[in-house]
Amino acid sequence: MEVTRRGFLKISGFALASSGLGISLKPVSAYAQPLKIKYAKETTTICPYCSVGCSIIVSARNGKVVNTEGDPGSPISRGSLCTKGGSIYQMSVNKNRLDKPLYRAPNSAEWKEVSWDWALDKIAENVKKSRDKSFRARNGKGETVNRTEGIASVGSAALDNEECQVYQKFLRGLGLVYIEHQARI
Amino acid sequence: MTNHYIDFKNSDVILIMGSNPASNHPISFKWITRAMEKGAKLLCVDPRFTQSAAKSHVYAPLRSGTDIAFLGGMIKYIIDNNLIHADYVKAYTNASFLVNPAFRLPGDNKGVFSGFGDGKYDKATWSYQTDASGVIKKDPTLRDPHCVYQLLKKHYSRYTPEMVNRITGTPKDKLLEVYKIYASTGKPDKAGNVLYAMGWTQHTVGVQNIRTMCIIQLLLGNIGIAGGGVQALRGEGNVQGSTDAGLLFHIWPGYIGTPTASMKTLKEFNEKRTPTTKEPNSLNWWKNTPKYIASFLRSMYGMNATLEEAYDYMPKIEDGANHSWLMLFDQMYKGKFTGFFAWGMNPACSGAHSNKVRKAMAKLDWMVNVNLFDNETGSFWRGPGMDPAKIKTEVFMLPCAASIEKEGSITNSGRWMQWRYKAVNPPGAALPDADIMTELLYRIQDLYRKHGGPVKEAVTKLTWDYGFKGADGRIHHFDPHAAAKEMNGYFLVDKTIEDPVTKQKREFKKGDLVPSFAYLQDDGSTSSLCWVYSGCYTAAGNMAARRGQKDPTGLGLYSEWSWSWPVNRRIIYNGASVDPTGKPWNPKRAPIWWTGKWNGDVPDGVGDPGSGRPPFIMKPDGYGCLYGPGLSDGPFPEHYEPLECPVEKNLLSPQKHNPVVKRFDKPGIGSDIDAYASVGSCDPRFPFICSTYRVSEHWQTGVLTRWCPWLAEMQPGMFVEMSVELAKEKGIANGEQVVVKSARGEVEATAIVTPRFKPFNIDGNTVHEIGIPWHFGWITTENRPYNPGDKKAEVFTFGDAANLLTPTIGDANTMIPESKAFMANVVKKGVK
Repeated sequence: MEVTRRGFLKISGFALASSGLGISLKPVSAYAQPLKIKYAKETTTICPYCSVGCSIIVSARNGKVVNTEGDPGSPISRGSLCTKGGSIYQMSVNKNRLDKPLYRAPNSAEWKEVSWDWALDKIAENVKKSRDKSFRARNGKGETVNRTEGIASVGSAALDNEECQVYQKFLRGLGLVYIEHQARI
Repeated sequence: MTNHYIDFKNSDVILIMGSNPASNHPISFKWITRAMEKGAKLLCVDPRFTQSAAKSHVYAPLRSGTDIAFLGGMIKYIIDNNLIHADYVKAYTNASFLVNPAFRLPGDNKGVFSGFGDGKYDKATWSYQTDASGVIKKDPTLRDPHCVYQLLKKHYSRYTPEMVNRITGTPKDKLLEVYKIYASTGKPDKAGNVLYAMGWTQHTVGVQNIRTMCIIQLLLGNIGIAGGGVQALRGEGNVQGSTDAGLLFHIWPGYIGTPTASMKTLKEFNEKRTPTTKEPNSLNWWKNTPKYIASFLRSMYGMNATLEEAYDYMPKIEDGANHSWLMLFDQMYKGKFTGFFAWGMNPACSGAHSNKVRKAMAKLDWMVNVNLFDNETGSFWRGPGMDPAKIKTEVFMLPCAASIEKEGSITNSGRWMQWRYKAVNPPGAALPDADIMTELLYRIQDLYRKHGGPVKEAVTKLTWDYGFKGADGRIHHFDPHAAAKEMNGYFLVDKTIEDPVTKQKREFKKGDLVPSFAYLQDDGSTSSLCWVYSGCYTAAGNMAARRGQKDPTGLGLYSEWSWSWPVNRRIIYNGASVDPTGKPWNPKRAPIWWTGKWNGDVPDGVGDPGSGRPPFIMKPDGYGCLYGPGLSDGPFPEHYEPLECPVEKNLLSPQKHNPVVKRFDKPGIGSDIDAYASVGSCDPRFPFICSTYRVSEHWQTGVLTRWCPWLAEMQPGMFVEMSVELAKEKGIANGEQVVVKSARGEVEATAIVTPRFKPFNIDGNTVHEIGIPWHFGWITTENRPYNPGDKKAEVFTFGDAANLLTPTIGDANTMIPESKAFMANVVKKGVK
């Protein structure tokens, strides 16, 4: 017998109602709750946590995530998720997410909200200053090395492939040689 | 991973050692369980009785840092009982190769291999004997005393069960039970699999831990087959992809070694990085290196520079220089950097010796930290023990999009590149990471165009064709499809080439995506960011987004679900799953088979049956390496004690520690705060072994998960697990607050007194081990200063980073820190 989700609610309601619990479960059989993903747009994603690569269905309505659940289409996870994968909802619906660029001035004890333009201009100036000051075109033997010795980078296994690839391009284009990330630790 | 997660179901025996998938890769256990339902045996070897151990048929405890002794004993058991897969070993490994007669094993040479001096090895004596034309001499009977097989046998003859028991503390009966069950997979129709993780890598002998298991897998004929291989269960969703992308000092994307100063021209670089072989039948796939180098250089600078100019622009490290993680933070601590990007990382908690890392960041002029939540790195200047007024570092904390707020792909440990879609916008002003990179790069390029600077062309000529360009010639939103296409590679000019598959002439137009890396060229006519991803986005579309459900072999290859590198091959080295005549060793679980053509998985390394081509085509000579002369610390793994250890001496030899590790307490390297304990002799201040690990509910430093109230509620804080016996000795009760201390620092924790840890009997002495999770940090705690407007966790967590305790010491080859075995003490809070 094929049982739909709604049908299952009716059956279980009926089974409980006739099981002599002494409480009325009639409303359950009468009104199955509308699904919380009704009218939601579904997209699939891959869990960002461990490296198994479980698939997740994200339901969003009016630009807001309303539900996340395991994706039965994935041959790897077949709808299963662990505690972390099952909490992806809270990664998006979370009042503590950083939502503005923050700046901490030298010797200051606090963050200050700043605009992207201001922050990026200032970072670009810092990068140029550090690169120009520490750039070494040739080493002691006169060999061409074209490297920036005064800037380092760590990150990131939390980025997408496409971001990782262009991040290394960005870094090596600036001449960095101190390039490391999670894979080393 | 050589294989992939679903493939676990094809194993007859699975050894969990150096990992804990039940806790840390929970959904992978679905496939372990599937194997067990079909009769597979599960073995778990771990210092602690983990959740994985609880599911195993046999659990064997071992002292942290003694895996080589344990596995070396298994090699001896396999050889002594003649349980090797002999045909496989003879045909596909270097067992028959004859080694230089001057080579000496540690057993005959005071615990070190021949060539040791001044803290490193001269590998001259590790070479092979060759004939007049340079071909390696071999003894197919495996009887020559200088052949690899006889050397291997001799080397591990010292690893008797008695000796292994004295070193590891594993009871002898458990040892032999594990050996017997695992060695049963040497039969051609049996598959043995091993699952490891940071429990093997985070040691001064990390690479050699894994090598020991590779030797076992080769001896048993377990590499290349369904249900076999060696599986690294990696710790992050895309740490495979980020490694492939060359976000490490020593490799460019696609595992091409970074250029060093002495490689003055592109020609010299190509020559140095392209291996050669005299073996007549070897394919030596890396002979194609110049094609991948040229295509990579084109992906950096396109047609804005010649290949030679592009090579010239690329940064070069000094010959022999090491810029790895521990060195990076050592340099930072010494004030060598003015600027620092911590992009999607939290080194203030993830870096070994976190106190050093946190202090190092105070030496910077500026730091950029990109993350989803406030974290201990971006806010280091207001962390414990810090006085913001004295810290000059300018910090930019930039908000970025989470995985479901942008589009792109990630690559799991099985090398499956899976596409993710955008569900919603990021909150507020937060941006996808690549949009931040784009905006920053444009601004830096503008500054160089306007004001000039040293070798400014290296910056200004970088191509950035990732999406639709506006009238200003610039992209305003990063398009991941464009980047994925650049990873795949495309033709930069119209070109007619001989198709490497059909051998027919084939025309390509400028802009055509290459069908696979076999089409990449060394003359600058193709561009590809990362050759191993060639094939991921072709004329047929975005392969990573595929959701096909077909599984015709029943082996779970699912070749039409997503895409796996290389060339959608699901089991690497599968050419070794058939005998030299092309017949599968195990016809019931054959990943490939021949019917006039190869069927099944994308074949790896095999020519037509009987071609004589050895299948390990990524090795210059084509054979699996029982003997591995390429490593810095020896061609065979040898047991050495962790740098910090609970024993006075190495029972196997006079050489206590890995002789070629880089110690940070020596003059010239390291710093005033790089302290070790119990190196030369046991230090009574730190009498217990300590190891770090994870729980299901948190990820990495907890940088994301501590901010998710469901997860924080389930695992709210730092704990230390200890045995009932140790707790009694220390007068500590379950649930009491304690302090765990090492030579570097201390952390508060809640005591969990548990039979999951048992004291070890190490050569007649009782040795205790304790364990701590590494997911915590001060930013989500309640009792720290908060400024108005600060983000405050909905559910507070307790405790700071485990890495405050771990030492600055790394593996001899990779420099991965030894976080899994160091010495510590645990005392009740308030007790000195």
